[in-house]
Amino acid sequence: MAGPLIRIEGLRVAFDGAPAVRGVDFAIHRGEALGIVGESGSGKSVTWLAALRLLPEKAVVEGRVSLDDDNLLEAPIERMEHLRGGRIGMIFQDPASALNPVLTIRRQMAEALALHRGLSGKSIDAEARRLLDLVGIPDAAGRLKSYPHEMSGGQNQRVMIAMALAGNPDLLIADEPTTALDVTIQAQILDLLQLVRRETDMALVLISHDLGVVAENCDRVAVMYAGRVVEEAPARTLFEAPRHPYTRGLIDALPTLDAPRRLVAIPGVVPDPRRMPPGCAFSPRCAHAAPACLGAVPELRRLEPGRRIACARAAELDLQPAATALPAETARPEVRA
Amino acid sequence: MSAPLLSLNEVTRTYTSRKGLFGTPVAVQAVAGVSLEVRPGETLGIVGESGSGKSTMGRMALGLEAPDSGSVRFDGAAMPDPGSESWRSLRKRAQMVFQDPLGALDRRLPVADQIGEPLEIHGIGDKAARAAAIARSLEMTGLSADHGRRFPHELSGGQRQRVIIARALITDPELLVCDEPVSALDVSIQAQVVNLLIDLQAERGLAMIFISHDLRVVRQISQRVAVMYLGHIVEEGTAEEVLRDPQHPYTRALVSAAPVPGARQRQRVILTGEPPNPAARPSGCAFHPRCPLATDRCRAEMPVLTRLAPGRRAACHLIQHTPAGMAAK
Ligand SMILES: Nc1ncnc2c1ncn2[C@@H]1O[C@H](COP(=O)(O)OP(=O)(O)OP(=O)(O)O)[C@@H](O)[C@H]1O
Ligand SMILES: Nc1ncnc2c1ncn2[C@@H]1O[C@H](COP(=O)(O)OP(=O)(O)OP(=O)(O)O)[C@@H](O)[C@H]1O
Ligand code: SF4
Ligand SMILES: [Mg+2]
Ligand SMILES: [Mg+2]
Repeated sequence: MAGPLIRIEGLRVAFDGAPAVRGVDFAIHRGEALGIVGESGSGKSVTWLAALRLLPEKAVVEGRVSLDDDNLLEAPIERMEHLRGGRIGMIFQDPASALNPVLTIRRQMAEALALHRGLSGKSIDAEARRLLDLVGIPDAAGRLKSYPHEMSGGQNQRVMIAMALAGNPDLLIADEPTTALDVTIQAQILDLLQLVRRETDMALVLISHDLGVVAENCDRVAVMYAGRVVEEAPARTLFEAPRHPYTRGLIDALPTLDAPRRLVAIPGVVPDPRRMPPGCAFSPRCAHAAPACLGAVPELRRLEPGRRIACARAAELDLQPAATALPAETARPEVRA
Repeated sequence: MSAPLLSLNEVTRTYTSRKGLFGTPVAVQAVAGVSLEVRPGETLGIVGESGSGKSTMGRMALGLEAPDSGSVRFDGAAMPDPGSESWRSLRKRAQMVFQDPLGALDRRLPVADQIGEPLEIHGIGDKAARAAAIARSLEMTGLSADHGRRFPHELSGGQRQRVIIARALITDPELLVCDEPVSALDVSIQAQVVNLLIDLQAERGLAMIFISHDLRVVRQISQRVAVMYLGHIVEEGTAEEVLRDPQHPYTRALVSAAPVPGARQRQRVILTGEPPNPAARPSGCAFHPRCPLATDRCRAEMPVLTRLAPGRRAACHLIQHTPAGMAAK
């Protein structure tokens, strides 16, 4: 098998002395979709912003990000500018910040198409229309003349996706691309990303707080907690048999469309980055914490092929789903109209 | 069967908004004729696309806003005008929980003081009685006295949302309208708040209107569900029926689009077309431009919300056509 398209090794990021990413490794192959889930603030966005050198100056970044033979963390900034929007497409979490409010959609797309695809004149218009069509924006020709404020949030989100695809990327990093959208529109967009991936063999990093979204759209899923990957596995395996107590907790906390059951909340809150607990960062909230957990930070170890877990007790724990009966159900009045 | 605690009868609400500074004002019908009932101790979930009128409906249910036409009744009596004396005393009995806990709290005050605010507003109890009520409210929502002494920014998102719930509960209301109460929370924290609401409802016989765009949470917490689309209810029934066997094509798309881990091989209904725009309501059935089953009749004629079975209603021409089986497959 060919080597990975992009590989992140030992990535660390700190802001003003507070660690945000504390040693992260990822390898992504062509055509593959990697999902990243985890609590708010766990470092999902910062990991990829760091890899693309998009963090403010004050961020202290260590590690290596290899694309082909380059270390992106040391590449000249011109090369980064060429890669971003070219071989690496990005959809950011905050759509408002990503589109320029004073430029028409055409102007914004033209820039990317000229820079990364070498297009000019009429072929720019044709390609921009094709891309807007692709993401399901009706009246694409008319829309090219619009400004971002003249379109709905969902339309702007789709314009951003069209722009991210403009450079025919090998890798698309989509950070919560559908969070602000209604589920029916969300399904439409995720479907579209899958289609593009199949057709162009593009690799996809899908960052989302929604385990369902990630499970349905990714081959492999990494779970982050407090700046580290705590578990990584094929999507199916992860949801059927999670082996890190935090992953188990996330799944038990997730409501489903099936009969109501007692949701099992994870007690407590994420640790303050400046006051990390010793050993496993999840230990203060973990029902299985033992003295062994409070020593060294558990390494992310390969316990089975394709599966990595960072838990001091991974080998001995057998994590069963939390009791699924809903005690409150009996107490809840059955209402008939 | 108990009498409804709250009933909305054909309520409508239209806003006029201006596009741009000098644009011509356009009328946006946010709620276009909605009737529904909530019984004591019952939770009614409201789902629907952004802009479908859920929040507007919730505000009218509490009398925070008067409908342009139609009527709202609470405990058998007409909803008094917003701001009137009788309206103020009604506020004790029906409270609201909003989505953004930080926005709803004053950053300069310890949260315990804010939890007690409704008592002051309504002049309930003396100092000692208020303090006791605050302590009870904190305990009920799983917060400690220490949490009560903190400022909003010293609490986690889930804890702040509990503060909002504690404040809403302090007057011992009979109805709680929750507008996206857990949407901003992480899954692990969301579960804490959802469980809390379920427990409170069971223990105190609260009636609830639970507005959310997340069907999975609504399924968890509601006995009945109403689905809104462009200001109308398009389907209503028990949570079990509506979400296991949706009848309206929009509900079907909604249910099939809800992402569920572990259910990869599902057949999905992927809609095409634009999200609905309340300022440009389509003719006939408002869903027809996106509906995979739309016929000429759907483009011309608006379907009415029709009773399919006891407690089960839907508004779709195709369903009316097959009165025997509710099966427009
Ligand atoms: N520019 C910045 N300056 C200082 N701290 C930052 C900056 N950007 C991010 N952080 C901090 O780094 C940590 C990781 O943030 P990140 O945005 O990666 O979280 P996330 O996992 O993407 O969360 P979310 O799900 O909320 O998007 C957080 O504690 C955040 O406050
Ligand atoms: N105060 C207002 N002035 C003008 N228009 C309004 C006002 N409040 C609501 N609207 C409009 O009414 C329609 C319904 O809004 P509403 O907030 O009730 O929808 P919603 O279903 O709660 O949506 P969301 O899921 O996005 O919260 C929208 O088009 C909205 O823009
Ligand atoms: S290392 Fe210990 S505390 Fe951390 S997740 Fe595993 S069992 Fe829990
Ligand atoms: Mg993020
Ligand atoms: Mg709303």
